[in-house]
Amino acid sequence: MDNKNKNNISRRDFVKTSATVAAVSAVPMFFTKGAYAKDFTNNPGRAGSVTLGFNVPQTGSYSDEGADELRAYKLAVKHLNGEGDGGLMNTMKPMNLKGNGILGKKVTYVTGDTQTKSDAARASAKRMIEKDGALMISGGSSSGVAIAVQGLAQEAGVIFMAGLTHSNDTTGKDKRRYGFRHFFNAKMSGSALGPVLKEEMGTDRNAYHLTADYTWGWTQEQSIKETTEALGWNTTATVKTPVGAGDFSQFITPILNSGADTLILNHYGKDMINSLTQAVQFGLRDKAVNGKQFEIIVPLYSRLMAQGAGENLKGILGTTNWDWQLQDEGSKAFVKSFGQEYGFPPSMAAHTCYVQTLLYANAVENAGTFYPPEVIRQLEGFKFDGMGNGATEYRAEDHQCFKDVLVVRGKQNPSSQFDLLDIVKEVPRSQVEYDASIFGGELGPYKA
Amino acid sequence: MDAVLIQLLNGLDKGAAYALIALGLTLVFGTLGVVNFAHGALFMLGAFCAVTFQKILTLSVKVVDPSITFFVAYKEQPYLEIWFGELGLSIIDYAVPLSIFMAIPVMLMIGLAMERGLIRHFYKRTHAEQILVTFGLAIVIQEIVRHFFGANPIPTPAPDIVSSSAQIGTWLGLSENLVYPWWRLIYLVFSGVVIASVFAFLQLTTFGMIVRAGMFDRQMVAFLGINVQRKFTIVFGIAAVVAGLAGVMYVPVLPPDYHMGMDFLVLSFVVVVVGGMGSLGGAVAAGFLLGILQSFASMTVISELFKGIDQIIIYLVAVIILLTRPRGLMGRKGVMED
Repeated sequence: MDNKNKNNISRRDFVKTSATVAAVSAVPMFFTKGAYAKDFTNNPGRAGSVTLGFNVPQTGSYSDEGADELRAYKLAVKHLNGEGDGGLMNTMKPMNLKGNGILGKKVTYVTGDTQTKSDAARASAKRMIEKDGALMISGGSSSGVAIAVQGLAQEAGVIFMAGLTHSNDTTGKDKRRYGFRHFFNAKMSGSALGPVLKEEMGTDRNAYHLTADYTWGWTQEQSIKETTEALGWNTTATVKTPVGAGDFSQFITPILNSGADTLILNHYGKDMINSLTQAVQFGLRDKAVNGKQFEIIVPLYSRLMAQGAGENLKGILGTTNWDWQLQDEGSKAFVKSFGQEYGFPPSMAAHTCYVQTLLYANAVENAGTFYPPEVIRQLEGFKFDGMGNGATEYRAEDHQCFKDVLVVRGKQNPSSQFDLLDIVKEVPRSQVEYDASIFGGELGPYKA
Repeated sequence: MDAVLIQLLNGLDKGAAYALIALGLTLVFGTLGVVNFAHGALFMLGAFCAVTFQKILTLSVKVVDPSITFFVAYKEQPYLEIWFGELGLSIIDYAVPLSIFMAIPVMLMIGLAMERGLIRHFYKRTHAEQILVTFGLAIVIQEIVRHFFGANPIPTPAPDIVSSSAQIGTWLGLSENLVYPWWRLIYLVFSGVVIASVFAFLQLTTFGMIVRAGMFDRQMVAFLGINVQRKFTIVFGIAAVVAGLAGVMYVPVLPPDYHMGMDFLVLSFVVVVVGGMGSLGGAVAAGFLLGILQSFASMTVISELFKGIDQIIIYLVAVIILLTRPRGLMGRKGVMED
């Protein structure tokens, strides 16, 4: 029987032609790096540049941190593009960055103001993704903001490298596959601070908490309460205060007669500066209760806050993610680079944002593509060093970085305008690690 | 007892700010019949007089900080320190109280300009139109301040000598727990002096007598050949000065930002309504009353019993008073009832 049809094309010819066409069509796929499906959000394709979105608080209670974060992002972009002295690109190990942008594409950026408000932060991030074509969003300085933007990033299929966010929820119950946090959290602060509190203040204290009324405040209060109660302390009261209240006097006056001998300020940024200043004005630090000197603890603070609080912060214990006075090669390189650029040392907020930008860029280089699921796989479980906190790991289970934590104290006799914190203890990573499952939550799918 | 006393003091302190703003607000309403939603902006402008004065005093030159060796760091050295040494630093330290002398003429000029330039064109308009135009003016003022000073609160501390707290308990032979920050006590006394001065001015001077008569029957005073309008314009200027002084002295308590006037405006209107529209005594009494209630609502015992009561107590009381006494505590018949 004749296999040719009326157009004289045999079945064999048809199969051969089809195979040839398919093979020819597929050739570019084999030779094009990152030739995954083009349908991921803001795929730069053949463009010569990529855009990153830096979403920081330029107004509101956390604006000082936001301003420093933005400085760090700009420096990171400069270094990624091969300008300046390279900063932490000289010390990061392992590292695949070449100083020619990311995957050879020049890095550009857009900025937004989160106003330290979740809705404004989401709107700003949405604009960056939809209008500016941002391939990665980074920023924060408020856990409420970070969690809100992280959720949006997951929906949009854009990676979010969180800036300063300390709530357990960010990598706990609200963790997302597309969200990564280099900064430490309230649970780790509690674990680091506990032994120092026991050593310096004993096991018989009455603690009064003033807490910022949002996710970060709640989880920090919970973590510190668990820590102090495990030491044997009693919790006298936990009082929630509005963010940006300004005048905290109505919350401070009840402490005077509460029987508490310790005030724990779960406040951050300008709120902490105001509440601490007012607590000192109301004479709390000069009081003695039940035969003990009244103490104030600020579980999370930074040099920027120490600068704002001035004399009031001297002698007060807290924790910090990083400090410019650390003497490892990475910290020294970053401080030098930042200091030369801006004339003052970086804050811990600046440090974490700078590191996050480099980590994302490095993960893209490792993946060989901007395709987010591949970049995420590169970040999950990534172990690195030379970035200022010693050996660090991005835990795959919850996207939380684990590294050493610093317990600090407001310095009594500063030697310079920036020498405001004494590092009391560098608490090793092993002491602040915890089981990823304790906070619940689901990372969600790789493909958004 | 100590707990009650300290909450009372704190309430009086908060109430003092409310009373000062509400006093000017109700003064303008009582004389000119204008509902001035830009009054909060005058409070904020007063605060920024203090900020501006501090900025003038701290004009600085950048000098290299020799304590930082591994990069070139700078610190700011005020010219006053360079020129006068310790004396210069002391002058800077007293920036807030000294700024009162700048704020009085500046706020008076702003008040007069506001009344002559805009408010007077709306005397015969409805209250709704007055509210719209003054609210618009408040937003314009806010945005101008934001443009020049940014959106963030600007720390403007009190002089060092009054930055600690007064041992009131020890003085009175009560518990040593009874302490109160000096600057807040100063604010309380200062507002008492300002309120007393305004009342004395209205009660004891011929000018005040004419103003009171004009508030009662404007037409009759005009028939007597007195230019009531000019007197009322000056009253507007005085109200602006009172609001401005309240703002100047408040900056060490709350670092000012461009929005602070709006935050206080809402509370002050509640104070005016609770006190009775057009009643000066009512505004002052309601200001202190609501401040004290807000302070007591924050006591641990009460806030644990009624969660969040400290945030709503003022509005709750306003609702109750308006239901039981629709004209407010000391309101007169016929005011805003036509």
